[in-house]
This record gives sequence, C-alpha cells and structure tokens, in this order.
Amino acid sequence: MQTPSIIEVLSREIPEAKFAALDSLDGMPTVGVDLEFLVQTALVLRDAPELRFVFLADVVAIDYYPREPRYEINYLMACPGAAGYGDAPKRLRLKIQVQSGQSVPSLSGVWASANWGERETFDFFGVLFDGHPDLRRILMPDDWEGYPMRKDYPVQINQPVKTYEPLQVTEEEFVANMKKAGRAPDSRQAPKQ
Amino acid sequence: MSDEDLPILTTTVEKVVQWARRSAIWPVTFGLACCAIEMMAMSASRYDIARFGAEVFRGSPRQSDLMIVAGRLSRKMAPVLRRIYDQMPEPKYVISMGACASVGGVFDNYAIVQGVDQVVPVDVFVPGCPPRPEALIYGIVQLQKKIDKQRSFA
Repeated sequence: MQTPSIIEVLSREIPEAKFAALDSLDGMPTVGVDLEFLVQTALVLRDAPELRFVFLADVVAIDYYPREPRYEINYLMACPGAAGYGDAPKRLRLKIQVQSGQSVPSLSGVWASANWGERETFDFFGVLFDGHPDLRRILMPDDWEGYPMRKDYPVQINQPVKTYEPLQVTEEEFVANMKKAGRAPDSRQAPKQ
Repeated sequence: MSDEDLPILTTTVEKVVQWARRSAIWPVTFGLACCAIEMMAMSASRYDIARFGAEVFRGSPRQSDLMIVAGRLSRKMAPVLRRIYDQMPEPKYVISMGACASVGGVFDNYAIVQGVDQVVPVDVFVPGCPPRPEALIYGIVQLQKKIDKQRSFA
C-alpha cells in the first residue's frame, strides 16, 4: 500500500485535514499532517479497516535548528497483516512539524507504546506532550539539565561527575506507584507466619 | 635433631598476608560494555585466570576484592559504580580496563565519564580497545606485584 492510497483513506475519514505525500529515500510511505489533526489521524490509522496500523514502533524527533518550525517528529508504525489486523503487512512514517515551545498532543492514549517514545523525545529534545500520563526523563539522569540531542547543546561539555545516590522512592511512593500501575504490591511480600 | 632438620619454615606475618591477598583476588562481576566480553574470555578456559587465583567472579561486592571496570561508564551509572565500590570490604582494588574506562575513549561527550578515576581510586589502568585477555591478565599480575609491595602492618 503506497502513500497515495493511504492518503485517500485518511482524506475520506478526515475531510477537513490536509495530508502531504512526502519524499522518502527508502521508499517507505511517508505522510505529513498538521499538528491539530494528529490525534484524529492516529485514530484513523489505527482503526480504519484498510489501514490497521496497530503497532507504533518508534517516536523520534529531528532538530532543524535554526529553522522554524524547529522540530520534526516522526511516528514509525506498522500493520502486521495478521488475521484481524489488516490484509497485508505494511509500514508508515507519519511526520509533524513543531515550533519551538509548542507542545504536542500525546498519542499514548492511541498506542500504549507511544508512552516511552514520547518520554524519550522529551528527554532528548525537550518537546512537551500534552496529556501524557508520566512525562519525565527516561534515559538521562532525573536531575539532568538541558536536552542533549538539541543542535545547540554543547556535546563535549565536561561537568563534574556526580557520585551521590540516584533518586530513590520511599516505600509509600513505591506502593502508590504499583497501585497506580494496577499491580498489587502485597502479593510479592513474604507470607506471614 | 639439629635445627636444620625441623620441618619449620620461618617468614613474617606480613609476607603471609600479602601472599594470601594476592593469590585469591576475587573480582566483582562488573561488565559495562564490550570490554566485558574480553573479561569473560579471560576467565574462560582458553586464557584461564584461575592460574592466578582470580577466577571466582562474585555476584556480590561484599565478597569481592577487585573491581574490573570493563567498559564506558555513563554519568547515570557513576553513582551505582561508587555505591558498589563502597560496599566492597577492605582491602579493595580497582582495575580500569580499556580506553573508555580509563580516559573516555572514543566517547568524548556529555554522557560518558572521562575516566573512572574521577569516581573511584584506580590501581591499574589496562590500555586497549578492547584489551586482549593477555593484557588484562598482565594487569592482574601487575596488581599482584603491587599487593606484594604493600605494607599490611605499617
């Protein structure tokens, strides 16, 4: 399934949005969409019977500093083509343009795997995601200053090494986190005598 | 029975302590990157670090004498490395294995510590990218020589 036929389905479902067929060197279908239609587009891509892009593989950002809009966010997704999930395997790259300081609606309600991908994008580029359940750093230390994948970040900065303890949660916070995640902390405790 | 015939060997307590320490340097399992593969090769049968009494890799720092920092140390890992070092009982030794652990290697960037001696005191630096298992064995032998020269009861 190539870019024009994907755009045809998208335009049928969301007539007010404009979809752009973008160039891609690797031949992977690539679609550009405006930021305001991102969540609608994602839902159609996931649920339309011709598309069924049920698997969001990655969320990555590109910093085009000093261009404005500064960031481009790529959502890489796939349709496995298994029974009930589309007729044939296919892939798609969805691109949005983000101004610096602009926040992006989170897709973690559409694909659960967007949760960590958006956290990574926030961690490295400082792009904020509206409605994200848990937007905090994922790879850099929690107390890191700055967003290291930005083009204007000094790559070879040599700060003093911090050797103190990494951030720890208290017992109450741990129990609260487990309950929030829907897991019962009590089942892991040793049986009472 | 003359004195020469008595089955007695005289030495100093210090020499015995040094001998005991250098003959069983147990490393803590601390592989960080590709250098750890060479470290495993060193402990396996072909290079066989058991010849020098250092083959017992312990999973707990509390049973270890030596920490081989095998690989690049990220800044996020630095507190963990320090904590494991602090948990090791005295006397304890550190070998910085490879270019990345020693000076940062090719990773001259914000995320990698440019030398683990900023975090823990290092006894032996082993150069290489990664070092051959022979080089790491040589480093352990150098450490044994260093232990032999240490004054246990100053």
